[in-house]
Amino acid sequence: MLVDSPPEQRADSVSAPPTRRALRAVGLLVSVLILVVVAMASIAIGAKQLSMGEVWHGLFESSGTYGDVVVGDRISRTVLGLLAGAALGLAGAVLQALTRNPLADPGLLGINAGASAAVVTAITFFGVTSLSGYVWFAFLGAAAVGAMVWFLGGSRGATPVRLALAGTAISAALYGYLQAVMIMDNAALNKMRFWTVGSLTSATDSTIKQVLPFLVVGMVLALALARPLNAMEMGDDTAKALGANLNRTRVLSMLAATVLCGAATAACGPIVFVGLMVPHVVRSFTGPDLRWILPYAAVLSPVLLLGADVLGRIVARPSELQVGIVTAILGGPVFIFLVRRRRTAQL
Amino acid sequence: MKTAVKSDAKSASKNASKNAAKSEAKSAGRTGRSNRAVRTPGGLSVRLDVRALTVVILLLLAALAASVVLIGTGDFPISAGDVLKTLAGDGNAGQEFIVNELRLPRVLVGLLVGASLGLGGALFQALSRNPLGSPDILGLGQGATAGALVVIVLLSGSATQVTVGALAGGLATGLAIYLLAWKRGVHGYRLVLVGIGMSAIMTAVNGYLLTKADLVDAARAVVWMTGSLSGRDWAQVWPLLALCAVLVPLVLANARGLRMMEMGDDVSYALGVRVERVRLLLMLAAVLLTAAATAAAGPVSFVALTAPQLARRLTRSPGPNLLPSLCMGAALLVTADWISQRVFGADQMPVGVVTGVLGGVYLLWLLVTERKAGRI
Repeated sequence: MLVDSPPEQRADSVSAPPTRRALRAVGLLVSVLILVVVAMASIAIGAKQLSMGEVWHGLFESSGTYGDVVVGDRISRTVLGLLAGAALGLAGAVLQALTRNPLADPGLLGINAGASAAVVTAITFFGVTSLSGYVWFAFLGAAAVGAMVWFLGGSRGATPVRLALAGTAISAALYGYLQAVMIMDNAALNKMRFWTVGSLTSATDSTIKQVLPFLVVGMVLALALARPLNAMEMGDDTAKALGANLNRTRVLSMLAATVLCGAATAACGPIVFVGLMVPHVVRSFTGPDLRWILPYAAVLSPVLLLGADVLGRIVARPSELQVGIVTAILGGPVFIFLVRRRRTAQL
Repeated sequence: MKTAVKSDAKSASKNASKNAAKSEAKSAGRTGRSNRAVRTPGGLSVRLDVRALTVVILLLLAALAASVVLIGTGDFPISAGDVLKTLAGDGNAGQEFIVNELRLPRVLVGLLVGASLGLGGALFQALSRNPLGSPDILGLGQGATAGALVVIVLLSGSATQVTVGALAGGLATGLAIYLLAWKRGVHGYRLVLVGIGMSAIMTAVNGYLLTKADLVDAARAVVWMTGSLSGRDWAQVWPLLALCAVLVPLVLANARGLRMMEMGDDVSYALGVRVERVRLLLMLAAVLLTAAATAAAGPVSFVALTAPQLARRLTRSPGPNLLPSLCMGAALLVTADWISQRVFGADQMPVGVVTGVLGGVYLLWLLVTERKAGRI
């Protein structure tokens, strides 16, 4: 049922010739440079336009001028964008490899549904109203659902399809609950309709401190999983024959993905498309080797997220468009274009 | 539970052989699965999957029973016997008005919408060769929603205008997905990827429209987006019924080709299936079914995704399981509507809330019991 390509196609890139490896390394370096440029733009552009000189001044020689204060505010927003973007990209890549399904995204394993249900509960039943108050609820909801998907989806003998279906089933039930609450409670609806589109406006130093430890642990874990996941992509039997520990890899991948998506969703709301799209785009030029896909995804996802955030500030100035909306409206057509142009790089 | 199913299977197989007796049925020897071949003297033969047939019959009975109970439920309760009597034409005037004018059309819309979504979902899952390839994920539901939201939020239109908007949105999205995925044929994988791209764009548009709406319009939009059957009348029944009457036989006639296409395009082409034609036809049918159902009742969540999976697990049969999915969709939607009426009171809670919970929990339960039984 799943879209699989035969293992022979994947094997070639494991021992890529040195020139290709060098090319990929240079590409990664260029991506990092692009990220730096986008991050600078994210600090400079907004309702109050700053010159690069002012940005430099605010970053390194801050003396409390108006420009410096603006820079300080935009730094936390940019840092959150960097972290959340990297987290979503890595989680998406890990989930797509784990479930061997090109549709896998944080929504698939019920993580968004868990976070959303927890946030609506916090608003309606616990009277939480501040964005930073949602963070713990959202994170706990995501983690609880991640664990539930793992145990119901078949801790022993988990297969990609079963995991995906368990996630879908739990999402279905939780969205039912979410909609019921929103229909009964107009105040919750009013808050949720802004939270669910996803935005970086919640960024404060305390939000970042709340989610930072989880994001760091998740990122390290995800990057360390590249090799075992490579083996798993060849199919369960081949991976077993190669000596891979399937169950351990699955548990750790679920853990990494849940922690990353849970923390990112807690801080910014459910931004789905980044984790879905970036791994596909990356795969189209790196090939199926996760040792390249993961670092590229970690660098290019924040480029997309921050770029979208900056654009959202430009098009609707002096107010702004939420980053989740811009990401999808901007990324969707690009994604479709890439899907059409490239020979489809399969999982 | 298991023994009950087994004895039902036996009685159903008895029925099947009774029916087939006219055409001098000979049952082929029992293989591992309970398939029977019915041969006619004319040389035509049909292979019957007894378990799938049983599931279809049981689901149909469940859907009809739930419909009768649902017609009797509401602010003015009517007993099941009276409902049947009224439907047959010998009820009193008051009951006749309530049943025929108010509740019957609503239940029929529910049955038709559920059936269309179940069948549409099964088709998309088979065409995309992905168990998650439902119209919700491919963006059809979101496209229809975008059409409806434009009418609700920007134009403050009437219910009829919302229906038209949703239909237009769904069809336009379906067309766009097909055209964008077309490149010397529509490859299943590209179809899915283009679909999720469209879905993401439409979801963002919907989210934007919701944040721009005032709260009253937003509340109306959320009820519509959940999927609701309240206030549906004969005007919704007839177009939907006509569409199903044309499309369901058309789809079922092409089911053989679809089943072969699961083996891959090349193999099925070699076996004599005109792959691209069958795919275009079935996709068009699935888009029409889904768009019409969404226009009539809103994007009732997860029916198209879960009904085929539930049906597949009940029949334990590979292949697209079109008819069981159709019956499962209808049964799921009507049962969910009945539960929502019982639990929350008449017309308090749109049916989409319950379909999500019911379908999700049922699917989980099946997954867990399957694991215990050692089946995948």
